[in-house]
Amino acid sequence: MRPQERRKFLRSIALGIGLVGTSLLGFIPVLGGWVRRLRPPGALQEKRFLAACIKCGQCVQVCPVEAIKLADLDDGFGVGVPYIEARAQACDFSCDGLQCVLACPTGALTHELNYSHETDMGIAKVVSPATCLAVQGKGFKGQARGADFTGTLRYDAVDRWNPIPVRDHPYDLELCDLCVRQCPIEIRIAQCDAGTPPSGDERQCPPQHAIELQPMADENGVNRMLPVILDGCVGCGVCEMICPVEPTVIVIDSSESRGMSA
Amino acid sequence: MSQFIDSLAELLGREPRKKPHPDDIMPEIVAIHRDKHEDKSRIEKIKMEMAHKAQHAAPEKLRRKRWAVLILVNLLFVLSFQLDIQMLEGALTASRFVGFHLADLNSALQVMLAYKHVVINLLIGTVTVFIGWWLLGGRTFCSWVCPYHLLAEWAEIIHEKLAKKRLVKDHPFDRRARTWFWLIFVVLALVTGYTVFETISPTGILSRALIYGPGLALLWVLLLLLFEIFYSRRAWCRYACPIGLTYGVVGALSPFKVQYHLESCFHEGECRKVCLVPHVLNTVIKGRARGQDVDIGADCTRCGRCVEACPTSSLTYKFKGLGDLL
Repeated sequence: MRPQERRKFLRSIALGIGLVGTSLLGFIPVLGGWVRRLRPPGALQEKRFLAACIKCGQCVQVCPVEAIKLADLDDGFGVGVPYIEARAQACDFSCDGLQCVLACPTGALTHELNYSHETDMGIAKVVSPATCLAVQGKGFKGQARGADFTGTLRYDAVDRWNPIPVRDHPYDLELCDLCVRQCPIEIRIAQCDAGTPPSGDERQCPPQHAIELQPMADENGVNRMLPVILDGCVGCGVCEMICPVEPTVIVIDSSESRGMSA
Repeated sequence: MSQFIDSLAELLGREPRKKPHPDDIMPEIVAIHRDKHEDKSRIEKIKMEMAHKAQHAAPEKLRRKRWAVLILVNLLFVLSFQLDIQMLEGALTASRFVGFHLADLNSALQVMLAYKHVVINLLIGTVTVFIGWWLLGGRTFCSWVCPYHLLAEWAEIIHEKLAKKRLVKDHPFDRRARTWFWLIFVVLALVTGYTVFETISPTGILSRALIYGPGLALLWVLLLLLFEIFYSRRAWCRYACPIGLTYGVVGALSPFKVQYHLESCFHEGECRKVCLVPHVLNTVIKGRARGQDVDIGADCTRCGRCVEACPTSSLTYKFKGLGDLL
């Protein structure tokens, strides 16, 4: 080989090591599972989800509350993979039809579910009960997350179809029950109990409760309640988002997602 | 058939064939070579035209039209989301055009290998895109749609200017590298169960950045562009991109291609100077053409810069069965 040719060959080997090395560098956090994030509804079990996602963001585009974001280089898992930051904006199923699932072209969000109660994104956990307003027997008055909070929710009583900013919907509660009151599963159960399931479709009715307030014993005669997560919780994150306490009393644990099996 | 195999082999990185053996040259081609130089006044005219062109560089109109198309396609993605006009939803990796699924062939391949399972929507999207780009020429995707291609063309302009001043020098790589990358990323997707290539795909990164907002991943794209400006001209598209190779294979048998016409060519070599993949224009070198009208190989991106640069219109777009397009 001529020296010029040899240099070109060595250069090409270096290019190969550089490019493949960089791509593998991006794979290490994925392999190590460094960061677990809440995934959109219908996401397959994490490893399979990461394999199947084509990183097109169609789920981002159809979400009416803009809950889904795409990961960047520094998020600690695949670039372009969707996740939900529930505290900032949770999935409240206000699309009713699981639009992100329908939009997903690869089945990373499995098409084998149709209703919000069939999803399994994670499980809510009451992480600091001592700071919970209901546990302290306190009420709540005002904007749940303050005037600067940009998150939105759909309030059926205000607008059946369009989500509105949470800050435009102040509360006045004798005992804070926001996590239960805004739980999309609980809202559907209440609608079904009233004989008006969403879209008149009985299949929208969740079979199990997701969260409830349970009375606590108190010697001073204060009405104290403890939020308790039940089997019907799908990990949508609305309770985490709406909790008015800083830091939030309730968070979603996505590692306990059973993962969709398809 | 041998021409098709040559075209594929050159796509994978083989060096183009040198001069054909004198016995293999058809008599009519020998005659063309002999006769066309008799018209001295015509040759003089071409030389004068080229001298004029060197003095007064005319804008490359076709190139600008192509840029406009490229920007429009990407804008359609951006506006579909930002203004919610819902024409072309998704990103270049996978999308929906007024509801019809489309999937980038390389991204789809990576997902299929990593996930080892193909849902029907992905299959529909892949087949649709395959047929579409087969009709349009395969690597046409690169020069007419890929947003990285546009940035790389601008980086190339800077590189050329610096090279003229002898401030930088082009360092070519072995073209077989791209084939190896393609294979390595296929194996990585299969073995790791993750679409490893997506992390460094400037096409995916740029497309998502345009549609969903910029991010740190753009630093990688910047790094690639700097590499191309200061070290190796058009390195990513020439020696690395597996997306380009995938579309190259799709376009190998496409009815749409650039065609070379020996009879009017005077071998000035203007086409090879502007070409992203000059090896496909090997046939225009004096004495190498194996026919009167030669289809340009699979690696050609149908960008049309050679069509525009040729002083004698010896390179034209051709759609098989439809006659001359341009």
